[in-house]
Amino acid sequence: MPLMSMTLAEKILARASRHDRVAAGDIVTCHVDLAMVHDSSGPRRLAPKLSELGVDLWDPQRVVLITDHFVGENDQQSLDIQSFTRSWAAQRPLGGYHEAQGICHVVLPERGHLKPGMFVVGGDSHSTTGGAFGCLMTGIGATDMAGVVATGSIWMRVPETLRVRLDGVLGEGVAAKDVILSLCRNIGINGANYMAVEYTGSGVSAMPMDERMVLANMAVELGAKCGIVAPDATTCDWLAKAGVQVDDAGDWQSDADARVARELIVVAADLAPQVAAPHSPENSAPVDVHAGVAIDQAYIGACTGAKLDDLRMAARIVEGRKVAEGTRFFVAPASVRIAEQASEEGTLDILRAAGASILPSACGACIGLGRARLAAGEVGISSSSRNFQGRMGDPASQTYLSSPYTVAASALAGRIADPRSYL
Amino acid sequence: MNVDGRAWVFGDDINTDLLAPAPYLKGSMEELASHCLEDLDKDFAASVSEGDVFVAGENLGIGSSREQAPQALHMLGIRAVIAKSFGRIFYRNALNLGLPAFVCTDVARIGKGDRLRVDASSGTIENLTTGESFTCEALPDHLLEMLSDGGLIPHLKKKLQKP
Repeated sequence: MPLMSMTLAEKILARASRHDRVAAGDIVTCHVDLAMVHDSSGPRRLAPKLSELGVDLWDPQRVVLITDHFVGENDQQSLDIQSFTRSWAAQRPLGGYHEAQGICHVVLPERGHLKPGMFVVGGDSHSTTGGAFGCLMTGIGATDMAGVVATGSIWMRVPETLRVRLDGVLGEGVAAKDVILSLCRNIGINGANYMAVEYTGSGVSAMPMDERMVLANMAVELGAKCGIVAPDATTCDWLAKAGVQVDDAGDWQSDADARVARELIVVAADLAPQVAAPHSPENSAPVDVHAGVAIDQAYIGACTGAKLDDLRMAARIVEGRKVAEGTRFFVAPASVRIAEQASEEGTLDILRAAGASILPSACGACIGLGRARLAAGEVGISSSSRNFQGRMGDPASQTYLSSPYTVAASALAGRIADPRSYL
Repeated sequence: MNVDGRAWVFGDDINTDLLAPAPYLKGSMEELASHCLEDLDKDFAASVSEGDVFVAGENLGIGSSREQAPQALHMLGIRAVIAKSFGRIFYRNALNLGLPAFVCTDVARIGKGDRLRVDASSGTIENLTTGESFTCEALPDHLLEMLSDGGLIPHLKKKLQKP
């Protein structure tokens, strides 16, 4: 009985390392099912290392390249990077090349590259997002990635599991983002260092995939190796629409008696909308604490906060209303496909009518690029994941983080506001 | 694998955006390195000397997977990083680049400018300025082997060249 009493993370790493079982703390060499890179961490960084090694991709079909960092940038350096990336991709039969189609963590599952039980590495810290689909997906740097694409394997320390159980259903105007921001405060930004954070409970079961992706995405803000949600009918239905048939979801579940290092219980009904003050996601507090802080800009964007459900949350708040005079409101849908869907169903029209400017589907302001950078002295609120000093603009700017509901409510008020008063 | 140099001491939560600011990611590594930590200490990049040691508190290198964060330190001349705790991707990245990284609870006993001698293979740090010495968590053998080869790429090169 090779799969008894293991956590989901252990089961995936056991399979990836070709062992019957592994336990937290083991150091194992894992075979990688898929490697994802983007235009910043990808070809321009990998090519010189591969040439130094004198090899090329171990299996091009297991490498997916998605451009999102320098998309929409017009300076010569960005154009050169895009051009190099394009020609590198053209020379190799990659498993996928998605140019300017949106942010990698959203495009990867959307285009059917993920499936429960896979061990996936990504050249970006928010690669933890893939864990929403029952994968163990983790972020690595460029040299690690060069090793992976050259050999197909990587060493991993099997992580302990921190189980987060969300009991009950979130209140109106409260979202997955509020759950993860409150966790950032409660255990700190490195509180799950090296660990797998597995999200369970009735509150997670009730969440659509877009919301589960937020929990997995920001697991890295807790220092985790991965965030993970075991697959269920919601996962399988979503993946079926992306063209992926799942028939082994039952194999990719933590055993009931598996050892976890720690369990945290979050009572959904007790949770208010959260806002994280500059310059760390762990500076979060219930919205009341920061309500009234004047803002210059509200940003709905990034892999964390601009999926279809995120845009719908914002639209619910702003429908039939106008953004406050003097407040900029930007919306950068996380992928081109999401932008299309949001356009077809009228969500983008609602946002535009309220005064939103729609920006390209790229990383944009979340990495300090594009049109929504904050100037010195300015204050912004954002549905993205990180508010480190200087990340979203000038070092003397200030970024608050919140759910799309709270960003939208703040855009209307021109100051940080509780979205529940707009529902 | 011994390092002998001056200590640069920073606090907690030195993140990858501070070490490798995003606006410079698309330019050359030399340019990026010249902006390393400028939001905290604008003279840092120009003042580091070959062989210096970077010392920080909790959560060194949290944030992005960008390898340019430890690479900038390495390029400026930093030859070892010591912290109470690390962001896990930064930690891997540093070692992969051949930059020894040590988890050490005693960083408060190191002052800016102290002369340090670090023995990477045993994880021992001697503070030549104060005369104290203390021990870090030792690195596992597979990482020591990779470090002694000069990082992951030279290490893999050696392995790939073996028949």
